[in-house]
Amino acid sequence: MHELGIAASILESVQSEALRHPGGRITKVGVKIGELCGVDRDALQFGFEVLVKDTEWEPVVLDLEYIPRVQRCSKCAHQFRMTDFDPQCPQCGEFLTDCIGGEELDIAYMEVDE
Amino acid sequence: MNRIEVEKKVLNENQILAEQLRERYRQLGVLCINLISAPGSGKTALLERTLERMDKGSRVAVLTGDLQTENDAKRLAKFGFPVKQITTGGTCHLDAKMIGKHLEDWKLEDLDLLIVENVGNLVCPSSYDLGEDAKIVLLSTSEGEDKPLKYPSIFLKSELMLLTKIDLLPYVPFNADVARENARRVHPQMEIIDVSSTTGEGLDRWMEWLRARQERAKAKLQTATVPH
Ligand SMILES: Nc1nc2c(ncn2[C@@H]2O[C@H](COP(=O)(O)OP(=O)(O)OP(=O)(O)O)[C@@H](O)[C@H]2O)c(=O)[nH]1
Ligand SMILES: [Mg+2]
Ligand SMILES: [Zn+2]
Repeated sequence: MHELGIAASILESVQSEALRHPGGRITKVGVKIGELCGVDRDALQFGFEVLVKDTEWEPVVLDLEYIPRVQRCSKCAHQFRMTDFDPQCPQCGEFLTDCIGGEELDIAYMEVDE
Repeated sequence: MNRIEVEKKVLNENQILAEQLRERYRQLGVLCINLISAPGSGKTALLERTLERMDKGSRVAVLTGDLQTENDAKRLAKFGFPVKQITTGGTCHLDAKMIGKHLEDWKLEDLDLLIVENVGNLVCPSSYDLGEDAKIVLLSTSEGEDKPLKYPSIFLKSELMLLTKIDLLPYVPFNADVARENARRVHPQMEIIDVSSTTGEGLDRWMEWLRARQERAKAKLQTATVPH
């Protein structure tokens, strides 16, 4: 259970962004959660809500965007959404394909009321 | 309302510290490996056998993480190499800051190999880069073959999987072929070595892997310092 620590890191980013908008208010923070990043979205949402409750950050909405796993074929460069852990390239049949998406744990955007 | 594109890692602070560590290791030709597994899969036992096989003058050191207790460090200190326990006091993973702090009174330039034993946990350590050259995941035969599918993140991020406790194969309902296949479904390029810390089986291959990786770290150092 490290979602609370992740929630705290998100809140720190919100706080440092807020410093750059004196007089403004952060209303929303968007976070990309890759299928493979090892973070449970419900637990993170819950952890964030617990963290901001009864603080000045309570109005900040956490918007989690799920990013599925995408592979790129090492032979033909075809990109495909990986399902059921099947790494095979649907275009050419190659098994050696590289993960190029789905590991994200990134802050994507914030919304500020100036 | 104003939308600001941020595009930075949630664990940006950790990432920055990890990159600094990585750069220091690279400049000094130190190989750093990060061992990760569920609790009790045999990380400390493997390190006992590993240190035991090292030449006396080997420049190796170990940082071992646990929620509580100094037990693992005590087990490993017997071999005469520098060992330090990192007790996280409840945090379920090591982070780059803890590594940096515990390296403060060691001279990195005196090391060729730094081994980090992470806290026993298959989920959280996978999110925290420690600046290591390679993550190594251990899966023991007393766990389920489907672990790689249940915890894909760490199996994807690890270069090498050690299938541990293979001496138990005759006694446990564990299908090693299925386990290896599952690991490769998650991570097609995964290297896999079967080991037993009890019988010593597979340890030569593991030591050879380590040696090859250390040579690679040194070779990079040489190409980087050759004057033009
Ligand atoms: N049969 C057998 N038992 C093993 C082997 N390796 C470790 N064990 C046993 O498994 C138990 C746990 O081993 P540890 O090395 O402490 O495991 P660990 O991964 O360091 O555990 P934590 O640090 O608590 O996460 C101990 O009782 C070991 O004796 C092995 O190769 N074969
Ligand atoms: Mg241990
Ligand atoms: Zn292809």
